[in-house]
Amino acid sequence: MQWETVIGLEIHAQLATKSKIFSGSSTAFGAEPNTQANVVDLGMPGALPVLNAEAVRLAVTFGLAINAVVNRRSIFARKNYFYPDLPKGYQISQMDLPIVARGEILIEQEDGTSQTVGITRAHLEEDAGKSLHEDFHGLTGIDLNRAGTPLLEIVSEPDMRSAKEAVAYAKTIHSLVRYLGMCDGNMQEGSFRVDANVSVRPKGQAEFGTRAEVKNVNSFRFLERAINFEVERQIDVLESGGKVVQETRLYDPDRDETRSMRSKEEAHDYRYFPDPDLLPVVLDEAYIETVHAGLPELPNDKKQRFVKQYALSPYDASFLTAERELADYFENALKVAGCEAKLAANWVMGDLSAALNKAGLEIKQSPVNADMLGGLLNRIADNTLSGKLAKEVFEAMWAGEGGADAIIEKKGLKQITDEGAIAAIVDAVLAQFPEQVAEFRSGKDKVFGFLVGQVMKAAKGKANPAQLNAVLKQRLES
Amino acid sequence: MSITPNEVMKIAHLARMSVDHDDVERYAQDLSGILNLVEHMNQVDVRGIEPMAHPLDMCQRLRADVVTEFNQRDTLQAHAPAVENGLFLVPKVIE
Repeated sequence: MQWETVIGLEIHAQLATKSKIFSGSSTAFGAEPNTQANVVDLGMPGALPVLNAEAVRLAVTFGLAINAVVNRRSIFARKNYFYPDLPKGYQISQMDLPIVARGEILIEQEDGTSQTVGITRAHLEEDAGKSLHEDFHGLTGIDLNRAGTPLLEIVSEPDMRSAKEAVAYAKTIHSLVRYLGMCDGNMQEGSFRVDANVSVRPKGQAEFGTRAEVKNVNSFRFLERAINFEVERQIDVLESGGKVVQETRLYDPDRDETRSMRSKEEAHDYRYFPDPDLLPVVLDEAYIETVHAGLPELPNDKKQRFVKQYALSPYDASFLTAERELADYFENALKVAGCEAKLAANWVMGDLSAALNKAGLEIKQSPVNADMLGGLLNRIADNTLSGKLAKEVFEAMWAGEGGADAIIEKKGLKQITDEGAIAAIVDAVLAQFPEQVAEFRSGKDKVFGFLVGQVMKAAKGKANPAQLNAVLKQRLES
Repeated sequence: MSITPNEVMKIAHLARMSVDHDDVERYAQDLSGILNLVEHMNQVDVRGIEPMAHPLDMCQRLRADVVTEFNQRDTLQAHAPAVENGLFLVPKVIE
């Protein structure tokens, strides 16, 4: 039988506020346990939540960026369940009237196909604390620093039909929340968490199959693997005559499989009701307009502009605009260099990105800043440097030896572009290798490469390659 | 609308409340009484009326995003039954 996969994602993005959603405690990551948890976060009797204005602004920003309906009136509700890292016995969340209602986003896969994915809603809620299960002689340790950190839960429609589509969607949202400055997107630290609702159905069937929710996926690579495993598992269950059970499953990256979380004897019943501690949030048109005016250029708009303004391929434009900082870097380097955009794009996507990857650095931590790269591009564009020499200069800049011009001066890396000087080196080399010259003249074209290598070596790598080729060819054929 | 003794037990379990077995029947009657009152109110025609989320006809005031709290861990953990390395200790919650 042909099966069709149906996937919807729930993404929890931690909002980049300084203080918590309902208290003045700090949200900084990595503090000593329980040093950033006050009476509100601990759920002490009598403590009352007061909503953080910045959390509201960031949620509205997201809503506007996905062309969603931003509810002018939204309501907080209590989601009741018992777990020690949730001190109040309920999570303050939104149920009936979320701050962001239906929206949509355009996603593009690596092969260039694009589609629109519906976003059902996005609502504000508070994060829970952390449970540490090891090393406490049979007890569990609770750290409530994270309790009360603002989250935006972004719920997609079940619009995705493959793990690749789901990853493309998750990456698009990831890129967007970082563009908007609303979330740092750090998946390892849990600032951006993705849960996948996965089901399968016979191709052509209208109703959805029973879904399982896959949690504990902390990278895009694992998201793809976890979904693929889960799809295979469900198909195996159905083809052997079984039934998929609606449940939560944890992905185990070491074993590359999903496992059922021991289900509780009771089905979840969160008994939502409006939180009497919080009044409805009411937003007026002037407020929405102000937030709208503060929106940055969005990834997709920037990408279209890069294609148009710089004549870059859609692939290059996607790569360069995936992160706002990278796009800014590219544009700044180009401003300094005034070279062809493609040359700047190749350097940013090639040597710079490779060096950053290798060093495990983000673009904003790059030892070679946009001005410096622009300086290097200038020397490539005006033929001072060959590609090979440029790489050498780049490495020296990376190692902190200064700007391109200073390095060229200090190391004497200036490319030889003087036709006469190149000809002199060529003649000397040809005199050194009469046999090879004879071989070439008798039709062995391959020897040409060898001679190019010898001339370049004699020129200490500094001869302009195009000129070298031309002169050598001319001498051999005369 | 009536609540059965079984439903009383289920609700008590969800709320992690211990209920004396002898009281279950009475709770079932009391809760059914409340639901009957709600059922009675349900008969009022409320078409066109926006549901209230709160008895006060006001909207939420917002707080500026500023860190105003400092570390009070020692005070706040003074009455915790068990702490270690700054963590609250609780009975193990996973199998």
